[in-house]
Amino acid sequence: MSLDPLHLCLLFSSALFCLGLIGALARSNTILVLLGIELMLNAANLNFIAFWRYGPVTSPATGVMFVIFSIAVAAAEAAVGLALIIAVYRHQKNIRLQEANRLKG
Amino acid sequence: MTAALVLIAVFTLATAAVALSLRNLIHSALLLIASWFGIAAFYLWAGAEFVAFAQVLVYVGAVSMVVLFAVLLTRRSRADTVIAPDSVARAISAVITGIAVFGVLVAAILKTSFARLSPAGVPPLPSGTGVSPVISAPTATVRDIGMQLMSTHAAALLIIGILLTVALLGAVVLAAQDGPESKQESP
Repeated sequence: MSLDPLHLCLLFSSALFCLGLIGALARSNTILVLLGIELMLNAANLNFIAFWRYGPVTSPATGVMFVIFSIAVAAAEAAVGLALIIAVYRHQKNIRLQEANRLKG
Repeated sequence: MTAALVLIAVFTLATAAVALSLRNLIHSALLLIASWFGIAAFYLWAGAEFVAFAQVLVYVGAVSMVVLFAVLLTRRSRADTVIAPDSVARAISAVITGIAVFGVLVAAILKTSFARLSPAGVPPLPSGTGVSPVISAPTATVRDIGMQLMSTHAAALLIIGILLTVALLGAVVLAAQDGPESKQESP
């Protein structure tokens, strides 16, 4: 069976998504969990570009625009997430997820 | 074309998999930077040059530095970048979950025919016949993107600007020291 490039792109992005999912679920280090979530976000961006490239013709820059905004939101998310990790580390002297189970400081 | 895609995919997936299974956080972060480079290469392959350079600037340039700073700021001693091994049961259940999700996604993708989605008049690209698919690719030059950002998506651009400002201010507030002695120093 021959796969056209769109199928290959979608398989690539779903494999990347599942890698990010496994990383986010399996690791207990908060930084690695955040990086797994970043990988999942990147996989979604790959899908946008794949459908922009091989999908039906719409406005020519729609997919690109969506990915640019998505990257901007991902950058904001990474900054806030890592700031949260530093704040948690200052409280607990540890960034293991299992030990960050109190909301009261 | 397809060979290049497979090469990029294998490189990206391999670096991401190794990065998420290592125990040294610095090595993980550096391998993930390589993985983000692979994703940028995919964007270049797909003809989205602006997105590729945005990916390099934002992920390889900025997010990686923030991640490395976070790794270095949250260690207890100079050599404390190697983390303790995680629980095996969690890892096994996570791998099972991931493989199950992947199986569902692959089955759904392989059962779906995208023939009706492809542009009219352009047959599905035969592999290895030398037919360049660049002809049918949508083109989005930087000029197009700039015009659209300033006209159609102007409101979204403003909202993203506000979001980034608020997020960065929030990050500074969260990460700043809040002890009594530092409160007097901060303006």
